[in-house]
Amino acid sequence: MLEEGRGCWSWSLPDFPLEMALIDKAGAECGGARVAFKIDPRQLAASANLLSELRLPPDKTAHKLPLRLPAAKPSNLREALGQSPGRKDLVAMDTESTYSGYSYYSGRSRGSHRHGERSRDHHKSRSKDGSRSEKSVTINAPPAEPLLGDSSVLGEEVQDDNWGETTTAVTGTSEHSLSQEDIVRITKDMEDSVGLDCRRYLTLTLAVVLGLLVFLTPLAFLALPHLLWPEKLQVCGTACEGLFISVAFKLLILLLAVWALFFRAPRAGLPRVFVFRALLAVLVLLFVVSYWLFYGVRILDSQDENYQGIVQYAVSLVDALLFIHYLAIVLLELRQLQPAFSVCVTRSTDGETRHYNLGQLSIQRAALAIIENYYRDFSVHNPALLTASKSRAAKHLAGLKVYNVDGEFPATPATGPGNNAATGLAHSQSRAMIAAAARRRDTSHNELYYEEAEHERRVRKRKARLVVAVEEAFTHIKRMQEEEQKKAPGDVMDPREAAQAIFPSMARSLQKYLRTTRQQHCHSMESIQQHLAFCITNNMTPKAFLESYLTPGPTLQYGRERWLARQWTLVSEASVTSGLKEGAIFLIKCIDFSLVVTAKRIPYIQLSEEFIDPKSHKFVLRLQSETSV
Amino acid sequence: MSFIPGQPVTAVVQRIEIRKLRQGEHLILGFSIGGGIDQDPGQNPFSEDKSDKGIYVTRVTPEGPAEVAGLMMGDKVMQVNGWDMTMVTHDQARKRLTKKNEDVVRLLVTRKSLEQAVRHSMM
Repeated sequence: MLEEGRGCWSWSLPDFPLEMALIDKAGAECGGARVAFKIDPRQLAASANLLSELRLPPDKTAHKLPLRLPAAKPSNLREALGQSPGRKDLVAMDTESTYSGYSYYSGRSRGSHRHGERSRDHHKSRSKDGSRSEKSVTINAPPAEPLLGDSSVLGEEVQDDNWGETTTAVTGTSEHSLSQEDIVRITKDMEDSVGLDCRRYLTLTLAVVLGLLVFLTPLAFLALPHLLWPEKLQVCGTACEGLFISVAFKLLILLLAVWALFFRAPRAGLPRVFVFRALLAVLVLLFVVSYWLFYGVRILDSQDENYQGIVQYAVSLVDALLFIHYLAIVLLELRQLQPAFSVCVTRSTDGETRHYNLGQLSIQRAALAIIENYYRDFSVHNPALLTASKSRAAKHLAGLKVYNVDGEFPATPATGPGNNAATGLAHSQSRAMIAAAARRRDTSHNELYYEEAEHERRVRKRKARLVVAVEEAFTHIKRMQEEEQKKAPGDVMDPREAAQAIFPSMARSLQKYLRTTRQQHCHSMESIQQHLAFCITNNMTPKAFLESYLTPGPTLQYGRERWLARQWTLVSEASVTSGLKEGAIFLIKCIDFSLVVTAKRIPYIQLSEEFIDPKSHKFVLRLQSETSV
Repeated sequence: MSFIPGQPVTAVVQRIEIRKLRQGEHLILGFSIGGGIDQDPGQNPFSEDKSDKGIYVTRVTPEGPAEVAGLMMGDKVMQVNGWDMTMVTHDQARKRLTKKNEDVVRLLVTRKSLEQAVRHSMM
C-alpha cells in the first residue's frame, strides 16, 4: 500500500503492527526529517527487524517530536485503524490510545538498561499508568540541510499541503498549539486599537484646546482694551512697557514648559484616566474661568482706563499659571521618585521573582513601571519548560478513579437535605481520593530525580560539543587587514556572507543544544545568522556569541512576536487609580502567564550617629613571651 | 588559684629549692617561664583563670636542675627568694630568677594537684 504525495511516501505493512508517521528521504520537501514509531509492545521483535530494514541510524537522544501541526488532520491510516482523530490531551489516559505526545526515552531513568526496558513495557502497557510506559522511538533520517526545520509554523504549512494526509496526526501539546491563544490575541488587538485611538484623540484635542485657551488668555487681556475702548485708555508708560517684556518671556517659558511636560508621545496606554492630570486640567480651567469672570465684570463692563493695572493683571495670571505648572511637575514627576514601597513581582508559571522599589504611585502607573522592568529583568517566558510539571500533574490525576459502589447518585440539588447529601458525597469522595493518594506508593519522585540528572548530563554534553564546534568555526574567519585589502581583492566577504559561510559547521550542534534546552522556537535560523554576523563585525569571541543561547535573556532580546506588548491586563480588587498601599495585591495578566504583585511599605528608618575620636585608635601587641632561665 | 580582688591571695604552695647549674659562663635553672602583667593572659595554656597574669612554668628541661628539684610544667611561681611573682612584668621575673650572684633560688610554686591533695588528706 504505497501512497505517494509530493515526493514523500508512507507505507503501511499489515504484517507489522507499526504505524508509520512519515518517512522522509533526503531531499526534505516535506519540511521535516523525522520518523516516529509507536511500538506495539506485543511485537517487539518485528520492530527491531524493521529498524534494521530501514537502515537508518537511530538517534537515541532525540526526544521530542517537533509538533508542527496546529490543525491535526487525521491520516488515512488512522481512520483505517478506527482511531478517534484529533485528541488534544497531553497524556493519553486510557490504555487504548496508542499515541502519546511527548514520551521521553527514559530508559536510563528507570535504572534499567535498554534491553530490559522493553520487557517492562510489555508488562506495563496494560496498566492504568499507561501513559508512563508508552514508548516511542524517534529516528532522524540524515537531514539534507542542517537547518532549524521548525523555524516558523506558517512557513511550513505553506510549503507542504499534502503533509497532513501523509502523516499520522500526533496529538499532544506543542509549543505551536497557540491557535486558541492566537485567536484571543487577534481579537484583543482589534478591540484595543479602536478603543485606544478614540480615547487618545479625545484627550489630545482636549489638551490642545486647554493649551490654546491658557496661552491666548493673557494676550486677550492685553489686546481687548485697545480694541474696545482705545480712546479712553491711558497711554502706556515705561513701567507698563517693561511689563510687556515680562509677559512675553513668561509666556514663552510657559509654552516651552507645557510642551515639555504634557505634549510628549505617550509611551503606554493605561486603562483609566490619569487622575492627577485630570485634576490639574480642571484646576487650570477653573482658574482661567475665574480670571475671565473677574476681567469681564470689573474691567470690560466698567471699561477701566488704567491700562497699567490691566497689564499687571495679565502678568499675575501668567505668574499663577507658572506656579500651577510647578505644582504639576511636583505631582506628576517628582512625587514618585522617592521610594516608598517595595513590590515583589512573581511570574505565575515558573515562579521567577524580583523585587522593585517604587514611589507613591497609583496602581496603574505602578503596573506600568513593573511591566517596563519586567521586559528588562525577567528571562523570556518559555512555555516548553513547563510541560514536565504538567505531565506529572496529569499522572497524579490519572492514578485514581473513584467509583461509587453503592449506586447512590447525587441527584440534582432540589431541596436542602438532598443538597447536603450531594455535597457530602462529593466531600467523602475527595477525601477518599486524597487518602488513597497518600497511601499508595508513588515512585514519581524517583523518576523525576533520574530524569533531571539525565537531562542535566545531556545538556552539559551538548553544550561541550557546541562550544567546541563554535570555537572551531570562528577560527575559519579572520578579519582582513588594510594592507591585505589592496593585495588580494578576491574572495572577500562582508559580515553577512562570512556568517553564512561558517554557519553550517556549527548549525547542527547548535540546533541540538537548543532542542535539548527547549529554546528552539525562540531562535530562527535567520536570527542566528544575524547574530553571528553582528558578533563577527564587532570582534566578539565565540563565547560572547554563545552567551545569548546558553542563558535565556530578557524578553526584548527576542523577536517582536514574543513581546506581547499589547496584551497586558490589570486585575485588581482596589480601584486602579487609587494609590499603592501596604499589602496591596494585584495581577498583571498576559495571555500565557500573569505577574502577581505584592506591595509592602519600606519601613521608616531611624539612623543614629556615633562619634569616634580619631585619636582613640590605639593598639597594643598581644604578647606571650617565653624565656628560659 | 582564683583570687578575690581586694583580699589576700591564698594558695597551697610547695617550696622548691633549685641549685643553679654552671654552663660555660651562664648559670641556668633548666626551665622556661611565661606570663606577666605585660603579657596577654588569654594565651596561657596552663592557667585556669584566663585573666591570671602570673608567672607560669611553660617548659622544664629534662634532667635539669629544675626537674631534679621537683618543678613541674604548669606550675605558677608565687615567690622567688622572697620576692613576689604574682604582679610582676615578664622581664622583672626573668631578672629575679637570673641574678648572677645567687647560686640557689627558692621558689614557692602552686599547682592544682596540691590543693586536691590537701583536701584529700584532710577528709
